[in-house]
Amino acid sequence: MSFISLFDVIGPNMVGPSSSHTAGANKIAFLAQKMIAEPITKVEFTLYGSFAKTYRGHGTDRALLGGIMGFYTDDLRIRDSYEIADEAGLDYSFVINDIEEDVHPNTVDILMENEKGQRLSVRGESIGGGKVRISRINGVEVDFTGEYSAVIVTHYDRVGVAAHITKSLSESEVNIAFMHLFREKKGHIAYTIVESDGKLPEGIDDKIMENENVNDVMIVQL
Amino acid sequence: MDFNHAKDLLELCKIHNLPISEVMKRRELELAEISADEVECKMRRALEIMKESTHKAIESPSKSMGGLIGGESQKLMAHFGEGKGICGAKLEKGIAYAMAVLETNASMGLIVAAPTAGSAGVVPGLLLSLQEAYDFSDEDVLQALYNAGAIGYLAMKNATVAGAVGGCQAEVGVASAMAASAAVELLGGTPEQCMNAASTVLMNMLGLVCDPVGGLVEYPCQARNAAGVANALIAAEMALAGIPQLIPLDEMITVMYSVGRRLPVELRETALGGCATAPSACANCNMCS
Repeated sequence: MSFISLFDVIGPNMVGPSSSHTAGANKIAFLAQKMIAEPITKVEFTLYGSFAKTYRGHGTDRALLGGIMGFYTDDLRIRDSYEIADEAGLDYSFVINDIEEDVHPNTVDILMENEKGQRLSVRGESIGGGKVRISRINGVEVDFTGEYSAVIVTHYDRVGVAAHITKSLSESEVNIAFMHLFREKKGHIAYTIVESDGKLPEGIDDKIMENENVNDVMIVQL
Repeated sequence: MDFNHAKDLLELCKIHNLPISEVMKRRELELAEISADEVECKMRRALEIMKESTHKAIESPSKSMGGLIGGESQKLMAHFGEGKGICGAKLEKGIAYAMAVLETNASMGLIVAAPTAGSAGVVPGLLLSLQEAYDFSDEDVLQALYNAGAIGYLAMKNATVAGAVGGCQAEVGVASAMAASAAVELLGGTPEQCMNAASTVLMNMLGLVCDPVGGLVEYPCQARNAAGVANALIAAEMALAGIPQLIPLDEMITVMYSVGRRLPVELRETALGGCATAPSACANCNMCS
């Protein structure tokens, strides 16, 4: 198990009532909205397992909607996220999937669309105590927690892309904590997720974008 | 300065002649690589939220999201205000505060999970009641929170604090062990006495199941937080009186974990057994429909 901080015990500071169903759900949506260019105009949440069964009483729906609007777990605006979303004209919907059983019990799929018409789907799992795992991006299985600053690069599965990414990072003096590659299939779209300890420097996304095989770079940090 | 077990923590306290709170603080500074100011600032914010969440529901009660609780802490304080309390001031305030935190939590208010949201009332309930009774400074209470953090960390590291894994004994039980140990340090007890108190709590709450009505963090969670305060106070009293504990904290954490894993799944947060399936509970809960 990774390092347990004092503030994992005395914390998180959170809007109740449940660390997994409220704070965790919120964190998944918060991470998801960081992966697509603002502003988000439309979002659809699909709830599975225990999320599907008890979301109302746990405020899971409000926590998710709040997260998409950039409210973090201790932000009391989460309580009023329906009203705030309505005022902002955000088009949101919730789909309950209580049939699919082959998922972690607290799973949500978030399908987002922004003003430019770009779409991104993210699957997240709330694994307890407010901790989460992002397990899919656009249907591709990935794995990261949001505990670290992360760079998510969408690129073609070609020779040299990974080297380009690590070179860009090292030139910007970013220390890599974890690096994972995920791909749909050989030669198609791939995702590289790099997690680092420190805050990522400005402009690192532009630098990585310079490679012709890179489609998109997302910076996800709290 | 790291430790994995209560035994190692006790050893560090002895070698450096430090209380548990101080060892835990130094561990955080070393391993989390954050400054003393940042740690201090985060803990102060936690204490601030704890204070708000122990008082808000007493002043202005609100119905919970699931509709099963709301108004209990105000009723208790009114009852005590009339001089009709039977527990004595420290316990009376402790249980009212603990229940208030759960009300705040269940109505989507701001709380500090300690160690979880469902058990968030116990630590602030007891510590803030003691602060008022003895006129302790905020600095004293902050130290006590570091101590509580150390006990919670040991349970997280070596067992679990998830009701879904270990039942309520892992949530309210651990919260109560944290509160007991913190209270002992606050009142001048030794590190060993702190551990004795924590161990006694886990022993006394052993086997407590997690059976939330409707699967929500409301009922019986709120009343169990009050019970957690009472258990912590009893254990702290015994430890401060110098009563030794036969079973050391490390062993008690292992025992708690082993009992937790042997609890049937129906009694681990699934709402498929225990209070959750009592006919009257079902009649008052609309979650299945």
